[in-house]
Amino acid sequence: MNATVAEAIAMRDVFISETARLLDDNPRLALVLADISAGEGRFAQAGVDHPDRVINVGIREQLMVGVAGGLALAGLRPIAHSYAPFLVERAFEQVKLDFGHQGTSGILVSVGASYDWSEGGYTHFSPRDVALFDTIPGWTVHVPGHPDEVTGPLRAAADSDESVYIRLSNRRNAEAHASPDGKLTVLKRGGQATVVAVGPMLDNVLAATADLDVTIAYAATVRPFDTQTLRELAGTTADTIALVEPYLAGTSDHIVNAALTDRPHRLLSLGVGREDLHRFGTPDDHDSWHGLDPAGIRASLSKFLSV
Amino acid sequence: MTATFETARQLAQRTVVDPRYPINTYTLDPLWVLYDRILRIDSADPDDPNRDRFYLSKGHGPGSYYAVLAAKGFIPADWLDSVAATESPLGAHPDTTRVPGVEISAGSLGHGLPLGIGTALGLTAQGIHAPRVYVLIGDAELDEGSNHEAMAFAGAYGLGNLTTLVVDNHSATHGWPGGIASRFTAQGWTATTVGITDHDGLASALTRHTKAAPHAVIATVED
Repeated sequence: MNATVAEAIAMRDVFISETARLLDDNPRLALVLADISAGEGRFAQAGVDHPDRVINVGIREQLMVGVAGGLALAGLRPIAHSYAPFLVERAFEQVKLDFGHQGTSGILVSVGASYDWSEGGYTHFSPRDVALFDTIPGWTVHVPGHPDEVTGPLRAAADSDESVYIRLSNRRNAEAHASPDGKLTVLKRGGQATVVAVGPMLDNVLAATADLDVTIAYAATVRPFDTQTLRELAGTTADTIALVEPYLAGTSDHIVNAALTDRPHRLLSLGVGREDLHRFGTPDDHDSWHGLDPAGIRASLSKFLSV
Repeated sequence: MTATFETARQLAQRTVVDPRYPINTYTLDPLWVLYDRILRIDSADPDDPNRDRFYLSKGHGPGSYYAVLAAKGFIPADWLDSVAATESPLGAHPDTTRVPGVEISAGSLGHGLPLGIGTALGLTAQGIHAPRVYVLIGDAELDEGSNHEAMAFAGAYGLGNLTTLVVDNHSATHGWPGGIASRFTAQGWTATTVGITDHDGLASALTRHTKAAPHAVIATVED
């Protein structure tokens, strides 16, 4: 089962402590905030330690992303961080124009995922962020499913000159499985379908498929998507594939379909629906309403596989 | 041969693609003053980390900008004869990845000032204190909310290595009652207003900054 906010060490805690270390070690790294995560116990100490490279612009997300782009133009390696809807959607034109179009790059790290703060409601939900990154070129996208899967991509991003989006969540799987090279991790082999679980969806997928004859592959890096392994796995399951993504259902359809244009294949896409449900409750409730709890995933797979 | 303002004016005429849409000559005056008298930028060393930065945020109608870049040796003058042609690096909005001397790609309004703030902060963070960052925006561009996020932050932060030049041709749909300078000074900037064809006045206004606050120069076009 997915755990929620109560977990002791959340992905955000790992991001904050690791970024503070990276700021100590790497004079090229800079962090731009818009009040989120700027307080005591978050990035306040890093701001004291590195006043020139930890910049809190206040509640100004367009400015936050634009400043990150300007830091990159000055030769620094910027990280911008906020809740996913404010970081990616509110400031999307800045994401589009202030990095790649300028010939530079940056690191964006979100919290909140699709509906982590379920009590907060629709204004704080961002199930469409990964789909938005698919509309602009060159972004690497990591969707960790466990706090231990945050440090690797973050360090790699800090050392690279790529544009990287890291989508943190309060949800987590019981164990970390991410492969360090961004490839799919095969957790189980079966014959009827290749089921790809993305990030925090894994434990629900494992619970839903315990008695099914399916291959389970885990993805914590989704852009670029490991289509080579997917093709190999799908070839052993009659090119029958199910994708279970913690963001908009169908977000990665175009990649799977493009990877298999030369082979007839069947694809089931599970993920978050587009509706504004006007509901609160818990993240587990939202899993259930979007058919992403173990029972919902099982029901969709049973229908798809006629089992 | 040393280029003059008249050289730049004649070069700008070459960028006119359609005579129904003449160049915005009013932008030529402050651009010329910047490149001729203010900016410490060398076309022979355009990537010098210690250079001043000039961000043309208002990317529209860049003929004057291209002309000044040609007059100052950043780009060949014959590029001006084929603006926006199939293989031309010069578009109707400048692209930093294609034009030597162009520091940012612009076109969508309201991006230059936040980028300029980031660069001003980034230079300081690297111990590079000599350069200033200059951002040129239009008075209608000032409508964009991102500028107001930027103005409030830069003023409160006391960003002393940033200058914003506002070209005011009175094109903002709802105007700026009380003037544009007051928008900046209310947020902790210093500000000077000057006529746009007064080259000595522009040069003076563009050097009237302190180290403690960002500076705004409002260059007004006479009606």
